[in-house]
Amino acid sequence: MTSAVSFINVSRHYGEIRAVDGLDLEIREGEFFALLGPSGSGKTTSLRLIAGFERPTTGHIEIFGERAEGIPPYRRNVNTVFQDYALFPHLSVIDNVAYGLKMKGVSKNERRATAEEMLELVKLPGYGDRSPAKLSGGQRQRVALARALVNKPKVLLLDEPLGALDLKLREQMQEELKDLQKRLGITFVFVTHDQGEALSMADRIAVFDSGRIRQVGTPEDIYRKPRSRFVADFVGSSNVLPPEFTERVAGERCWSSLRPEAVRLVKSGGHEATLVSSSYLGSQYRCVFDVGGREINALIPAGAKLPAEGDEVRISWNKSDLHLMEDEA
Amino acid sequence: MSTANAAILPPRSGPSGAASDAFWRHPTLLLFLLLTPPLLWLGIVYLGSLLALLAQSFFSIDHFTGRIDYSFTLDTYRELFTTPANIDIIVRTVLMAASVTIASAIIAFPIAYYAARYARGKWKALFYLGVMLPLWSSYLVKIYAWKLILAQEGILNWIFHKLHLYWLMDAYLSLPVIGGHSLSISYTGTFLVFVYIWLPYMILPLQASLERVPDNLLEASSDLGAKPSETFWNVIFPLALPGAIAGSIFTFSLTLGDYIVPGVIGSSRYFIGQVVYAQQGTAGNIPLAAAFTIVPMVIMGFYLWMAKRMGAFDAL
Repeated sequence: MTSAVSFINVSRHYGEIRAVDGLDLEIREGEFFALLGPSGSGKTTSLRLIAGFERPTTGHIEIFGERAEGIPPYRRNVNTVFQDYALFPHLSVIDNVAYGLKMKGVSKNERRATAEEMLELVKLPGYGDRSPAKLSGGQRQRVALARALVNKPKVLLLDEPLGALDLKLREQMQEELKDLQKRLGITFVFVTHDQGEALSMADRIAVFDSGRIRQVGTPEDIYRKPRSRFVADFVGSSNVLPPEFTERVAGERCWSSLRPEAVRLVKSGGHEATLVSSSYLGSQYRCVFDVGGREINALIPAGAKLPAEGDEVRISWNKSDLHLMEDEA
Repeated sequence: MSTANAAILPPRSGPSGAASDAFWRHPTLLLFLLLTPPLLWLGIVYLGSLLALLAQSFFSIDHFTGRIDYSFTLDTYRELFTTPANIDIIVRTVLMAASVTIASAIIAFPIAYYAARYARGKWKALFYLGVMLPLWSSYLVKIYAWKLILAQEGILNWIFHKLHLYWLMDAYLSLPVIGGHSLSISYTGTFLVFVYIWLPYMILPLQASLERVPDNLLEASSDLGAKPSETFWNVIFPLALPGAIAGSIFTFSLTLGDYIVPGVIGSSRYFIGQVVYAQQGTAGNIPLAAAFTIVPMVIMGFYLWMAKRMGAFDAL
């Protein structure tokens, strides 16, 4: 499979600060790829390197096999949906969407027609003559998307595009983006700090930390088999267990992770525990157990009767659910 | 019961306490009190004198006695617009104001752009100092300093002589209209000094408007395939236009009304401001002076109306 974007030992330093440090990454053609990490981890800088807004201090970036060095953004067939949309305030919605076509020298009638099609694609037909200032956040998001797609880019870059939307709208847009990506078959590279968003939308995820990639893999890989403590901590609310504890419960001395939903209450066997606290989440209880001085978070399906706080109970999990991690960090 | 744990505290003592409560209950009262004096000033003193001026322009002067005839007539305006010399003065002043405005905008833009997008910290402070510093010194001193620079025996000619480039200056001075015996007595001289003294009024609003253009709009433009020149004309220019218009209102109207610069530096041909000065002073023809003053006001009104129609204020 062709790679849409390749980072070959790419670094971007600002003086002492290493925003991106020795990055190697292949993004495949047609995939929905998420760059996930906390703020300041280098994910946005990586996206800007693909767009051409930043230039690597060292290393190379290839877009569909072509070296991108010294190529300005306006010569890259890559378009960006900006975090705060960056719609042109002095242009109407249709002129915003048609901007890319205007730069290509497409005739006025043709670009109006194409832009109108794009607005239909993002479910905003007939909004062309409005001013971006008169739109809601969700609508601006869609205009930004239409504007970035109008030039039929080889790669679409999305910089935390859903960050400013409220929860319900965000979930709806997640579905729509996924659906759009499938229909258009364009490679999407998506920056987010929201692990839920990355897990639910992406085909593959790269987890960033301090300018480096900690792990690349499918959402299942990343979630079930985090390679390091950082990934386990950041992705999901897994219990990250130190080597002494792992040795006690599994016989091997290394860091391990245990997902809260893998923990269950048992009558016999398993491990002795004390229920420290519990809270009701509707379909589940979120419980904290104390196992020999170590706190374990668990999600227990609602329905069964929950012991009282402070009760002595026994908890257990499948051996395969305790994931042993290779890396220390 | 001690006041420390009462739910409602007793009223503050004294008139200021009572006033505070009253203002809190009637917020418009405070606004009214604060705005009345300046509104009176604007309404009566400023607008009143403008109306008085307008009224004066509809009176006429008796050329034999020099007395003002206080009856409504359009004679003064007829005199203004039928005397070819007066038309020349208006055209000359408007052309000068327009060239000064365009030149100021062209010179101010890179400076404002640098200050808005690149200057940070002490460089920004230095920019403000550099732009404002000339405004702190006397207007007359600056004009006479320019006379010394531009005069026949001035610094500029001395430099041209030393560089053996005086033939260039000579060639320029021999051009019709804009040339003259020396720069200090040519339209070019007047133009240079006008541009110099009004430039800060163009730089500051331009810089303010450029500062409000977010960086990511320029990135978005570039991302969508616009070359830097296309980004300039499609994004930066339209968004900076309100600032340029605001600046041009200053440079244009200040040039239209100025009567000192062309008197000190320039060919001795009259500009509107000088005629107003001469007519109301030595000639004692207040009606004609008033009619001449109305001209730049009408021109400015028309200019603002055009600017609004062109959408210069839409992005405000």
